[in-house]
Amino acid sequence: MDALMLDGNAAAGLLHEIFGSEMTTAVGTCDGCGAAGEVGAVRLYRGAGLAFRCPHCDNVLMKIVVGGERVWVDFRGLRALQLNS
Amino acid sequence: MEGTAVLGRLTWLAAEVVELRPETSQTKTITFDVPGWRGHRAGQHVDVRLTAADGYQAERSYSIASAADGPRIDLTVERLDDGEVSPYLTDELRTGDVIELRGPVGGYFVWNPHAEGTVFLVGGGSGIVPLMAMARQRALESSGIPTRLLYSARSWDDVIYRNELAELAARSDGFDVVYTLTRVQPAGWDGYGRRVDTDLLREVGPVPAELAVAFVCGPTPFVEAVASGLVELGHEPARIKTERFGPTGG
Amino acid sequence: MPPISRGFRGRRREDAPSDRVPPGQYVTDDFPVLSAGPTPHTPLDEWDLTITGEVDGLRRWTWDEFRALPSEPVTVDIHCVTKWSKLDSEWEGVSLDTLLEGVDTSAEYVVAFCDGGYTTNLPLDDLTEGKAWIAFAYDGEPLDPEHGGPARLLVPHLYFWKSAKWVRGLRLGATDEPGFWEQNGYHNYGDPWKEQRYWGD
Repeated sequence: MDALMLDGNAAAGLLHEIFGSEMTTAVGTCDGCGAAGEVGAVRLYRGAGLAFRCPHCDNVLMKIVVGGERVWVDFRGLRALQLNS
Repeated sequence: MEGTAVLGRLTWLAAEVVELRPETSQTKTITFDVPGWRGHRAGQHVDVRLTAADGYQAERSYSIASAADGPRIDLTVERLDDGEVSPYLTDELRTGDVIELRGPVGGYFVWNPHAEGTVFLVGGGSGIVPLMAMARQRALESSGIPTRLLYSARSWDDVIYRNELAELAARSDGFDVVYTLTRVQPAGWDGYGRRVDTDLLREVGPVPAELAVAFVCGPTPFVEAVASGLVELGHEPARIKTERFGPTGG
Repeated sequence: MPPISRGFRGRRREDAPSDRVPPGQYVTDDFPVLSAGPTPHTPLDEWDLTITGEVDGLRRWTWDEFRALPSEPVTVDIHCVTKWSKLDSEWEGVSLDTLLEGVDTSAEYVVAFCDGGYTTNLPLDDLTEGKAWIAFAYDGEPLDPEHGGPARLLVPHLYFWKSAKWVRGLRLGATDEPGFWEQNGYHNYGDPWKEQRYWGD
């Protein structure tokens, strides 16, 4: 357990700003182990950018880098993302 | 989604300080008037952004302490001695000052007015803040959902919202509070006096069959200990919602 | 420009000599901990450091072998892309010149790989001639796991995401392979004095 670790929910503001809607209740499926869970419940680490990791296998689900007017998002670790209306 | 502001484009809003109220020696509640605020759900938070004269910026997240109240929101901030933002908010801000905030955000960790069963709120230190918003919202809606709050604080002096929690519990409407004071207890204290562990959770919390949802909030190590304790007691992980504040707290 | 927060200064030093502070940076006396993942805890008897890839032969050191190599104190300024700079930080480490001594290679690029899976890429030239170390101590103490211990790469002339924590080896190659953050927006090279934070800067 890392004292630095946060929940995906801590990035709720940034995710909303990027995607235009509430993302913490979206359900992501990990491409590493297949586990599914709400984005708000995944593990969030703050490095040079944000790394969202699977709470079951630590696989990187998403990376986000904000650079001024640009934002880069890597979703490779998410097999699927289910957004609820 | 019922009762939730649909924000569309999320932008930084100007929030004006209308009132400042010390809660404990280390915490202060700040009431902001936020034109354009479209409401929030209990448990959500805001991102606060400060900008210095030379453009230097710092951003932190704070849970909203208040229940829905038009364009006004309360934040309860704990002053961290080596903090960069919290001492500014607790020591420097005056009524009339304007800061930026973004929100409300965080749909994951929110009070559900249709929960079936018992709601277990577990807060450590400043982790009480979003849970207090939930308790206040519950009271505002006259919701009868059985709700137990387990509040871990270092000492009685560190317990935020003491009087209001006593008042809410005295209403006998299904809400009650159990405290554990981990470092020092007042004379005559007959409550818990240790860190939350599995035994304490078993004694205080509902059994798995009765739990609708547990909301656990506080410093990361606290949240980890409580969440794993609840899982050990047989609670379904999906019913345990956590909000980790990082190493030192909110 | 967003509204100014009256009276807010932030916790940064404002007396630092400006010729030591790259553009857009603020000086701190703290040492913020940033991490892309959980802190690994590899036991020292399982740790090794390898130089692999386009080399004449794999080089490998166990922890004891690594610590028996000549090391040196290093006092350098470090600059994080998240805008904090720390001046005169004190380390101890083994120079990459020592580790690469006698390594025969035509490779021009390096990928540093680490416990936990983090990677970062650099030109081989940026690791040689006194520009880089594998550091095992900071501020007179063994390097804390949260700061990359037991050993991390230290390349102070580039943004600090290139100073990979929990380094376990270097893979030399003919082609440049963008690492963990370089694949996702951060600049491939990362010179703080040219403010090369993001792609295209």
